Amino acid sequence: MIRTRAPRAVDRSRLPSPGPTVPLPFPAIEKSTLGNGLRVWTVRHAQLPLVSLLLLVRRGASSDPAGKDGLAAVTADMLDEGSGEQSAIEIHQAIARLGAQLDTDIGSDATVVSVTVLSRFTQRALGLLADIVVRPALREGDFARVRQLRLHRLTQLRDMPAALADRGFLRLLYGAHPYGHAPIGSEAALASMTVDDVRTFHARVIRPATATLVAVGDCDHGSIARLVDEAFGGWSGGGDPEVMADGPLPSGAPLAVVPRPGAPQSELRIGEVAVARATPDYHALVVANTILGGQFVSRINLNLREHKGLTYGARTAFEFKRMPGPFAMQVSVQTSGTAVAIAEGIGEIAGIRGERPVSSDELSLGIAALTRGYARNFETAEQIGRAAMQLALYDLPDDYFEQFVPKVEAVTSEDVSRVMARHLDPARLVTLVVGDLDAVGPDLASLGRGEPIVLSPDSF
Amino acid sequence: MNIPFTKETLANGLDVLVHEDRACPIVAVNVWYHVGSKNERPGHTGFAHLFEHLMFEGSQHHDRGYFEPLQGAGATLNGSTNADRTNYWEVVPSGALELALWMESDRMGFLLPALTEAKFSNQRDVVLNERRQNYENRPYGLAPMALLSALFPDEHPYHWTTIGEIADLQALQLDQVQAFFRRYYHPANASITLAGDVDADDALALVDSYFGDLDPGEPVEPIRAAASLARDVRLRFEDRVELPRLYLAWLTPAMFAEGDADLDLATDLLANGKTSRLYRRLVFDERIATDVSASQNSREIAGYTQITVTAAPGHSLGELERAILEEIERLAVDGPTDDEIDRGRVQAEAQFMFRLQTVGGFGGKSDQLNAYNVFLRDPAFFDRDLLRYQVVTKASLRQVVAEHLDPARRVTLSIVPQGRPHLAAPDSATAVVS
Repeated sequence: MIRTRAPRAVDRSRLPSPGPTVPLPFPAIEKSTLGNGLRVWTVRHAQLPLVSLLLLVRRGASSDPAGKDGLAAVTADMLDEGSGEQSAIEIHQAIARLGAQLDTDIGSDATVVSVTVLSRFTQRALGLLADIVVRPALREGDFARVRQLRLHRLTQLRDMPAALADRGFLRLLYGAHPYGHAPIGSEAALASMTVDDVRTFHARVIRPATATLVAVGDCDHGSIARLVDEAFGGWSGGGDPEVMADGPLPSGAPLAVVPRPGAPQSELRIGEVAVARATPDYHALVVANTILGGQFVSRINLNLREHKGLTYGARTAFEFKRMPGPFAMQVSVQTSGTAVAIAEGIGEIAGIRGERPVSSDELSLGIAALTRGYARNFETAEQIGRAAMQLALYDLPDDYFEQFVPKVEAVTSEDVSRVMARHLDPARLVTLVVGDLDAVGPDLASLGRGEPIVLSPDSF
Repeated sequence: MNIPFTKETLANGLDVLVHEDRACPIVAVNVWYHVGSKNERPGHTGFAHLFEHLMFEGSQHHDRGYFEPLQGAGATLNGSTNADRTNYWEVVPSGALELALWMESDRMGFLLPALTEAKFSNQRDVVLNERRQNYENRPYGLAPMALLSALFPDEHPYHWTTIGEIADLQALQLDQVQAFFRRYYHPANASITLAGDVDADDALALVDSYFGDLDPGEPVEPIRAAASLARDVRLRFEDRVELPRLYLAWLTPAMFAEGDADLDLATDLLANGKTSRLYRRLVFDERIATDVSASQNSREIAGYTQITVTAAPGHSLGELERAILEEIERLAVDGPTDDEIDRGRVQAEAQFMFRLQTVGGFGGKSDQLNAYNVFLRDPAFFDRDLLRYQVVTKASLRQVVAEHLDPARRVTLSIVPQGRPHLAAPDSATAVVS
């Protein structure tokens, strides 16, 4: 092509200032509710002939009954193992004929079954979703196979440092609390489960009263609501009350090690039980975490990676859940740097609570990183669907996404220190090391956090 | 289905492509350098990837971290290196496009004055930790090293992995890094694509302003190398794993070459998802495996097909090997069913449609345009790429499987728990892996 404009001279003495950010309003959510209580939410996003369908049930691994850690996840896994007279293979062939991929996610508070399809297959995909969620066959033979595969998976997780660290850390922080186990559960609990446990759990928990069907894409609310009614109208049941535990959490053991002899790196978790999603401090905590360990240029990543070269990357996160979730720093460091990384990590967490308040440059960078590119979170149908699901899961208002940017922009340096001091207590921090105990033991003793307790993977 | 674009080549050889998509107020900036670990030499592996790290450590006119100004403008950004290419990308709010071009052009034109021994030594430590985290301290993490070194001869540039050998990384010197930059990091060996909320004419002018003055550099000659396997190479090694795992690998056609798409579909119908033949037989019916997967790994000058299977406790890798070879033979003799071909076709249509959803990042529209432009000199290839999958027939798929997945010419690798070499597939020799 031919252009008339000549290239202009470039000034390399300073960086160009970004122009104003163009806000992207979150698209309107149209809502209705079926007679059985199932909520139907749709968002029109017609760039491509695709539709993302997400079914959220607001119950997850925290609904596992006592002694049956892993039941919610096995139940979720059993949903696509056949329906009515159809076998598991037949269900998956039907999905494959739509060119679709089915995903099932389970967390502490939610079970989500989702599928993205070419929009001409919307009706068939909704029918399959209903077959899977509402009428799973839950046959004994399929259950035996699925349970066995999950037991094998648990066996393999013993070799994976990050998985050991995640599971051990939850147990250290939460003990027997509903958040004290990963969704996959434990070998002992899985081994004692029966298909009747799954049937009972499905009948009690996977019910329309706690469910929301979100559809985003090349579709309109009226026709989706009609199709959902055809597919899901026969689903019934009241739904299980939400688990709300307020028992005591374990205390003590500020330092624990899961031995991994000869490991070239130590996988670390440092943190504590922090705060629930509903906290009014949410936006200030998000800003604080961004500065502390939530982005590449965070204090912790710059310290451990860019200054000390001890790791490929370090980060922190608050896991916001319906009940107070954990805050954790996670990093995999070379074995010789284990004690340094722990001391620096704890120092950074303590520092941002007030000793080293965030500077105005850090604050404006953190806020800009969260707000200026906000529009890119809503580019695809599935992204919009997952965003809408957050509203349903955490009872957030429809204007939540509109409000996010102004609320983050209003956070001050004092807010950051205040909320971090309120929700993180350095005296309560728990450190877990998955690594070579012989190599790191003497260094750990120098940390002044007491003698490490040694944990076996069998204990969580 | 297609990704419309405007293309212009600047006087210094830089290819510039622009795709307009005004739906979301963001722009993707995506830069490919046609250099990867296949441009390395034995004894100097890991170079291209370590170099990618140094591109984020500042350049002459901004001798500070690369991330800070861009994250402050609301960008996400990253880079990656594989055997054939290195890519760098930013997704920025539309108003920050010029900032991203300033940053990308400064590191393309002016990296070396800011490159110091201290930065180099720090990022070498980071890369050694990346290697520990993703390979050495991960179950089965050294399998790629064992497989590639057995599939490709010593001098072939796919013989080593992109992360490189530890000893090579430790021996690397700063002056070698500087020479590497001069040879490969210049406009004549690069392609930049902008996709998103831009006007093509404005965007081309802007790119010209920032990149048009950079020195072109010497064109890079294509790499040529041949590989062949004359037998079944059987290897084993012991690792910190609970369950034994078997890898079968074959040399296959290169990316976009005849047979590549057939093998992609063949590996899907063999081992992708619960409807696949191997999953049904090994995991679902006989329950002798815990998982199975397969892929056609298409690369620029050669490909390899890989099948990976993990044994259920009590079952041997020899038993899994026999079952897999039976299923491959059945496919090579009888071919796929009509239903398998139909499913493959609609899955290809859906997968290509999914690929149109994002402008930026790994695999977004900007990355795809650069891939077609760099590997084929043909950024309009999207619809013909899809067509490659739609013209696959029962006969062509059957024929490609029979020709390329030959049981007499392959690599058979067993990874077994430490101290239990007898769990390996029979007649395996000990592999040396680091």
